Amino acid sequence: MSWGRKSVISVPYLWLTLFFLAPFVIVFKISFSEMDYAIPPYTDLFTWADEQLTLTLNLGNYAYLFTDDLYIRAYLSSIRIAAIATIICLFVAYPIAYVIARAPSATRNALLMLVILPSWTSFLIRIYAWVGILKNNGLINNFLMWLGIIDQPIAMLNTEFAVYVGIVYAYLPFMVLPLYTNLMKLDNSLLEAASDLGAPPWKVFLTVTLPLSKAGMIAGSMLVFIPSVGEFIIPDMLGGAETLMIGKVLWQEFFNNRDWPVASAVAIVMLLLLLLPITLFHRYQARELEN
Amino acid sequence: MGKKVSSLGKTYLTLGFIFLYLPILILIIFSFNESKLVTMWGGFSTKWYGELLNDKQMLGAAWMSFKIAFLAASSAVVLGTMASIVMVRMGKFKGKAAFASMITAPLVMPEVITGLSLLLLFVAMAQTIGWPAGRGMLTILIAHVTFCTAFVAVVVSSRLREMDVSLEEAARDLGAPPWKVFFLVTLPIIAPALVSGWLLAFTLSLDDLVIASFVSGPGSTTLPMVVYSSVRLGLSPKINALATIIVLLATTGVLTAWWLARRVETQSVNLPTGDS
Repeated sequence: MSWGRKSVISVPYLWLTLFFLAPFVIVFKISFSEMDYAIPPYTDLFTWADEQLTLTLNLGNYAYLFTDDLYIRAYLSSIRIAAIATIICLFVAYPIAYVIARAPSATRNALLMLVILPSWTSFLIRIYAWVGILKNNGLINNFLMWLGIIDQPIAMLNTEFAVYVGIVYAYLPFMVLPLYTNLMKLDNSLLEAASDLGAPPWKVFLTVTLPLSKAGMIAGSMLVFIPSVGEFIIPDMLGGAETLMIGKVLWQEFFNNRDWPVASAVAIVMLLLLLLPITLFHRYQARELEN
Repeated sequence: MGKKVSSLGKTYLTLGFIFLYLPILILIIFSFNESKLVTMWGGFSTKWYGELLNDKQMLGAAWMSFKIAFLAASSAVVLGTMASIVMVRMGKFKGKAAFASMITAPLVMPEVITGLSLLLLFVAMAQTIGWPAGRGMLTILIAHVTFCTAFVAVVVSSRLREMDVSLEEAARDLGAPPWKVFFLVTLPIIAPALVSGWLLAFTLSLDDLVIASFVSGPGSTTLPMVVYSSVRLGLSPKINALATIIVLLATTGVLTAWWLARRVETQSVNLPTGDS
């Protein structure tokens, strides 16, 4: 291997190994330590005393996660909320991607641009916008009361409903893009063949278009599902006290309880749960990189 | 695919765009509201913009965020471009599969995990080698470069794959060394993708609340952190004014980049975030 080639490979390789991979090893390590009132606030796994090196692995953090049902409930409800939001997103995004992919090429790029544009403005502020829309004296309730449809505000903010709205709103472009890319690659002659053979449009869609866009659906779903499971901002700003999500639990464990070892254990279990979806996403992404 | 958009399709698309843009539009309208109530109209006023410009903490944080985003985006473009060359042009080498996962995983990794793990790395490094000595701008910068690199790599590698390899081959056949082929042939062709990648990285860095909250230290408060703490205290028209400015800047930036990219390459346009 030439010197130049080696250095081009090694610079990004070393950077990502040090700042992306190595941190997980350290989180894993600290998840086996105990909380301590010191700087840093956890105990060392290795101690050296009387010429003896002792390795203390504290499994207490993991045991704690499985005894206090708060954590199990938080994991399960995060997965449930993320999965439902992903499905809603898929149903909303598919027709958008489909219509854009079928649009004349002159307008196609502009339409796609319009889908992406909102995600260039702050995520935090886009979620904040929904607070004003959904709250009890917010725009929707004021409007409905002005129309006389309701005389009591409907509680929407601080509910699971608001979290769904937030996730679908914020992640919609991430679902549209891979679907669009996939639908654009669709071989037109297959669709024509199906309709020439007498298949009605809905049948062409169900038997040709839909199965061929599977890769895009998987990629889009993973792009929405994985970050949503660990989402913090949306459940924090739109969710209520009863909307348990693990990203928020981790945040509170770290910032409010200052229990770094438990926060690490929470992160490791979350990572294990997400390993399968991440692998699925990676496989799709790798295939995209190959051809 | 086909060429006709049915009226049903148009209706659906319109509804989709209303869903995407109405909340932002409402935010902008209420930034000009005289009343402190964010949801009740009390007359036209630009006083919240004035208050925003007098908010020293907000301005300081905005400047901090801007510096970090500029440096993070610029470094991420260099690292991300190198990473895409490695992925697309270097063929197979030992450890390529691992490298590929380190490029794609940050795209979807929940921010709380990235934030916590980087903080623990910085603490462990400070303990063992004494660097980085404290947490602040530098640690936020490192964190941002890391996740932005992955996004830049996606944008740039999709452009690299599309481009005509025969141009590079021709230059090589004429005896140009690899670095010269890259700087004189490849780089000018993928330049629009680098601009898109830079803009994407810049926005992602400017926008990050969660990771920065984990790895920041005293004295290094970024704009999203200030926005978050003020939003927690309740809605404020000042935040609406800030949102309006951000929307305006982002729209101008993206549309300019898009227009430039279209001018540079008349054929297929590589949209920002096109493949992520």
